[in-house]
Amino acid sequence: MMNAGGNKIQSCGVRVEVRGLHKSFNGDAVLRDINLDVAPGEVFVIMGPSGSGKSVLLKHIIGLERPDSGQILIAGESIEAPGVMERHRMAMVFQSGALLNSLTVGENVGLYLSEHRLKSETEIATIVAEKLSLVGLKGSEARNVSELSGGMKKRVSIARALVIEPELLLYDEPTSELDPLMSVTIAEEIVNLNERSRVTSIVVSHDRDLAFGIADRIALISEGRIITVGSASDVRACQNPVVQRFLNASFKHPHPVL
Amino acid sequence: MFQNIGEMIVLFWRTLQALPQSVRQRQKIFEQLFEIGNASLLMACILSVFIGGVIALQTGPVLAERGLASAIGGLVGLSVCKELGPVMMAVLIAGRIGSAMAAEIGSMRVYQEVDALKTMNINPIHYLVLPRILAISVALPVLVVFAVLVAWFGGALVSMLNHRIDVPLQTFFTNLREVVHLRDVVNGLVKSWVFANVIGLVSCHQGLQTIGGPRGIGRSVTKAVVNSIVMILILDYFLTRILMYFDK
Repeated sequence: MMNAGGNKIQSCGVRVEVRGLHKSFNGDAVLRDINLDVAPGEVFVIMGPSGSGKSVLLKHIIGLERPDSGQILIAGESIEAPGVMERHRMAMVFQSGALLNSLTVGENVGLYLSEHRLKSETEIATIVAEKLSLVGLKGSEARNVSELSGGMKKRVSIARALVIEPELLLYDEPTSELDPLMSVTIAEEIVNLNERSRVTSIVVSHDRDLAFGIADRIALISEGRIITVGSASDVRACQNPVVQRFLNASFKHPHPVL
Repeated sequence: MFQNIGEMIVLFWRTLQALPQSVRQRQKIFEQLFEIGNASLLMACILSVFIGGVIALQTGPVLAERGLASAIGGLVGLSVCKELGPVMMAVLIAGRIGSAMAAEIGSMRVYQEVDALKTMNINPIHYLVLPRILAISVALPVLVVFAVLVAWFGGALVSMLNHRIDVPLQTFFTNLREVVHLRDVVNGLVKSWVFANVIGLVSCHQGLQTIGGPRGIGRSVTKAVVNSIVMILILDYFLTRILMYFDK
């Protein structure tokens, strides 16, 4: 498999399975009996209203939270098994970008390679430049994180994730706080990445346009439960009132201007 | 409180286990060393001149009235190098550096930077805690050496200039050399090394435990400074008691 620049990309997706996941915070159930299967190379969107437990589920999938019960399997191995993070490369694009403020853009993007000493400094600089140009930020290696706009931070965060050449890439609200044009750019980037490297992508969002635009399959979650899972047309056809309310919610002005 | 102490012991143990990583983290250790030294050296020196001066001012006239003014060098020398130098510098560093450590790590925790490190399989203890604890445990004893020398100079200056004490510099330092031995200075340095580890550990622990937004960061900073100072003062007594065995 080759990328746009003709370089070989080694990534290919992994299967993700979530089995009977329960999680409570201070006695409040946030996730209740979540069961999901995400196929290798699939773009899977988890959609739902704010506070429904989407981001908490994502944190469980990458091992940042431990479940009260249930398990997460990455390529058949429990996420809690020793060395699973080393065997399966995973990355996450955080809602806020979560870039290290004390580092420059280039240092942030190359952090994984430099900290694990996987490449020489020259090779890291080349890879960083390549990944930044992939997300449309060519030549911004020396910039400080504080100088970047919200959209740029998200794109740097995607570049940082790409450096890992992940088998599983998680996105937490990738289009929140972005203008419509930037949202489209990010959505295109997610699809392009998936086509280039067949990475398994799990996207958490409440953006209906994004979800229906990029997803191979969609899960709708509400109050910590999965309501429906299926293709975009399956979800649209679902007659569950929660799903219909979420999909058809729109603002009507009480005094419309004629 | 006991939960905090338990968590700090675990953090200390994990930092000890991470010690072989120090060579890899040397760049960050040097950065932290520069940060601590650069931020604190001038303030430490100014503080120390006045510490030495005030001890001389408080004790000098009393000694002079009893014809013991020439003993002031030893008195200032010993009290500064064994007690006031290490303790005052530790309190200063807890306020200046401990607070900065807790704020920096706390904000990284709140803004998910620590989570981002974990997703890249980078251990936050190796990346954040180890360089800070190693840097502070080197920097504080060095600062104490400077502080002690400057405080002795401050004491000597006040003893010479104050007409109620009126002890020449040479008499001050001759008495200081007779009374203060190398083991007394080492005694103070051992204390400061322990205090440095306590400040680093408490501050990094509070930073990593931060929850909530800016208010949470503020709370962690306050706790880091207050807890560090309380632990320094309590430990000071027990360390003094233990180190007394080596004075004999």
